[in-house]
Amino acid sequence: MAAADRRGPGGWLGRTSDKNVHQWERAASVAAGAALSGLALWRRGWTGVALALAGGDLLWRGLSGNCWCYRLLGVNTARTGAGRRAVMRHRESIKVEHSVTVDRPVEELYRYWRRLEHLPRFMEHLVSVHELDGHRSRWVAKAPAGRTVEWEAEIISERENELIGWRSLPGSEVATAGSVRFAPATGGRGAVVAVSLAYDPPAGPLGAAVARLLGEEPARQVADDLRRFKQVIETGEIATNEQVLSEAGAP
Amino acid sequence: MKALRWYGRNNVRVESVPDPGIVNPHDAIVRVTSTAICGSDLHIYDGYIPSMQAGDILGHEFMGEIVEVGPEVRSLRPGDRVVVPFTISCGACFFCKNELWSLCDNTNPNAWMAEQTYGYSPAGLFGYSHAFGGYAGGQAEYVRVPFADVGPLKVPAGIPDDRLLFLTDIFPTGYMAAENAGIRPGDTVAVWGCGPVGQFAIKSAWMFGAGRVIAIDRVAERLRLAEQEGRAESINFETNRDVTGQLKQMTGGRGPDCCIDAVGMEAHGGSSLDAMYDRVKQAVRMESDRAHVLREAIQSCRKGGTVSLAGVYGGFIDKMPMGAAFNKGLTLRMGQTHVPRFLKPLLRRIEEGEIDPSFVITHRLPLDEAPAAYRMFREKDDGCIKVVLTP
Repeated sequence: MAAADRRGPGGWLGRTSDKNVHQWERAASVAAGAALSGLALWRRGWTGVALALAGGDLLWRGLSGNCWCYRLLGVNTARTGAGRRAVMRHRESIKVEHSVTVDRPVEELYRYWRRLEHLPRFMEHLVSVHELDGHRSRWVAKAPAGRTVEWEAEIISERENELIGWRSLPGSEVATAGSVRFAPATGGRGAVVAVSLAYDPPAGPLGAAVARLLGEEPARQVADDLRRFKQVIETGEIATNEQVLSEAGAP
Repeated sequence: MKALRWYGRNNVRVESVPDPGIVNPHDAIVRVTSTAICGSDLHIYDGYIPSMQAGDILGHEFMGEIVEVGPEVRSLRPGDRVVVPFTISCGACFFCKNELWSLCDNTNPNAWMAEQTYGYSPAGLFGYSHAFGGYAGGQAEYVRVPFADVGPLKVPAGIPDDRLLFLTDIFPTGYMAAENAGIRPGDTVAVWGCGPVGQFAIKSAWMFGAGRVIAIDRVAERLRLAEQEGRAESINFETNRDVTGQLKQMTGGRGPDCCIDAVGMEAHGGSSLDAMYDRVKQAVRMESDRAHVLREAIQSCRKGGTVSLAGVYGGFIDKMPMGAAFNKGLTLRMGQTHVPRFLKPLLRRIEEGEIDPSFVITHRLPLDEAPAAYRMFREKDDGCIKVVLTP
């Protein structure tokens, strides 16, 4: 279960059915497709059929600019750097939901999460969370260019081993709310942890910074955070392909 | 240290890179004493595995000596001699607990990449692209091995590297292919591809009680090895193009009970129609894998039989004969090898002298000569079947 949407005009996730083949490749596909199809007419028999099939596919890819193989492999040669940046200029509220199954009892997962100070261990964009009292906490998050943004949040709902919900205090520069739900997985196979996060960034430079908190792909960011949570709980470490310990310590 | 690095299609170099160190508490550093080039390394070499980056260190078949362990490593200490599975497994997730080691949930730092292509991410692998974790591989002097307590197996000092090295991948891979083929005593087993994995699949088929093994390839010395070492009958698909017909004839009109594809995504398939189609589509990147062997195995398999895939597939295939698979009630089984499951039983077979896996080795070279070795292995020059490199 994963969902991310940017409400307001020009929601970019609606673009997934768009073209994913660069225009030069499209032209080449049309040319090659036409050539193969021509060859197919000339070479009769089964060879001709094979050529015609391949030629037809190429023609379709070239004319439509859409390649299903690229789509499934996550390749897009049509999208340019400038296009991607343009997409990020929108400052709309961000809402992300994701869940993960962890091979541990609900109680253990709830206990770990309820200590909000644990969150930066697996949430990449967080620098620190300090609990001020039983309900209020101070959050520091990474912003571009080495800066940080801070806000205070309060826990607004709490059911032991089931749910923790929080939101930023009124008047904070960052408007954010989130919840995490815990439920036993079917058949005694650990527990399901479901997170829902929303950011409503203000206008101005700070807003731009906050909009980037969750990266260019907020759904993936949250999915990766939850994956790291699972790794920490199940294995005690976060998988990395680093060859040497970085100055910042273990990942 | 020295390591073999990938720089693009048919472009690998031995270069000096920084030594790896302990990063996570369950890591170990292994000094490599022997490493090999795998047929699946050739898929990378030929540029068919996406998400490779220039400078990546290749290699996933390696063994050696532990030189350093992280603070949480319990079962190994410096000086221990180990073989290291090519799959990286955490030992703690649902999949590892169910012995599905190559499907580990927790060892791929780039799981999102694999999820885009496969829906869910399998385990991280050594030296096998960033979609499989971006881990540095074993064609190097040293390797950082995560979760050292889980995958690596301590091996006794008395047995030479040559007999143990292939426990890391190709022996268990051939063995799992035979296990997945569901061989029952007396079954006829057909094996496509007589490279090293095919050779081990043939040997393993007998271990499962096969009544007859038929090997299919076009390289004379590989067919000869299958006949002599593997006691298999052979079909050369270049001189005998109708493999399905030949198999039918050889099995009294019934077809092989079990069919093993030990070729995978770069099947040659000679001048057959579907092989030509695959070449055209793969060349323009509209199909990632050439599946001639898989199609032929499905077509050849007897009704109610099993097709087992050991050769690697990475992406998409066209013209899958699903009607034949469905209407003949075939079983298809496949997957990356769950290496740790097989290490101890197969080590025992080696110790007891039942099998000496070094029979596939044709070339032994220093790591410095790895680029030439890749070329030779790819072209199957000089009778090359398996290359072992010494750092």
